[in-house]
Amino acid sequence: MEKIPILRMGDYLLVTIQVDMHDRLALTLQDDLTRAINETSAKGVLIDISSLEMVDSFIGRMLANIAAMSRVLDARTVVVGMQPAVAITLVELGLPLPGIRTALNVDAGMELLRNGKSNFKFGRPSR
Amino acid sequence: MTIAATEVVALTNEPDIVAVRRRVREVAQKLGFSLVDQTKLVTAASELARNNIIYGGGGALQIEELNGARTGIRLKFEDKGPGIPDIDLAMRDGFTTGSGLGLGLGGAKRLVHEFDIVSKSGEGTKVTITRWK
Repeated sequence: MEKIPILRMGDYLLVTIQVDMHDRLALTLQDDLTRAINETSAKGVLIDISSLEMVDSFIGRMLANIAAMSRVLDARTVVVGMQPAVAITLVELGLPLPGIRTALNVDAGMELLRNGKSNFKFGRPSR
Repeated sequence: MTIAATEVVALTNEPDIVAVRRRVREVAQKLGFSLVDQTKLVTAASELARNNIIYGGGGALQIEELNGARTGIRLKFEDKGPGIPDIDLAMRDGFTTGSGLGLGLGGAKRLVHEFDIVSKSGEGTKVTITRWK
């Protein structure tokens, strides 16, 4: 079965979504990540969605669920790299992403996981 | 306005949602839609394809390329499902009979220029959306 790899880096788990996200794959990722947080006692999860060309309400719900579950397991979730066209569409769709912290790129996202805040203020660092 | 091309995509099970996104994206790219416009139309199509399969038991999507004074894409989603008893209620954000967020219909409507829904109890539902370039 198709799976999205979950990488471990120190106290953090990294996920890069590089495939077209179909519904079952989204549910599998949600389960796998929750299990991985529990097994590794990870402090945070970084999800890179820079390759995702679209986020609809199903994928949005998956991201919100992952954030909620990881919070219960004492880990933070940061979603990074959302494409501008995707962000514009999400706002018009009316999709709330409760509990999801976002950052422009992986560097800023890791910073946010480590310190609880991002030091990137001006300019857009290269990916 | 004339219909320059028409094609039909069958909607049977969940992987077809991904097929719909790909095909709608290709057509929107071919007609020169901006990236934001492509993304809006593809997202609306994804929501409606999922509704069609999950709630309507599947059916078909007809994709029409429109040209004339304006260039556009019209998508017609049709299912032979149970129909929607109260469309006004179904259009409302947050309303769902399933496990979704209840943003499918209302959200899709906000992402396109024209939206039309016809549903008959026991006969099925037809949703037509149009986005102009």
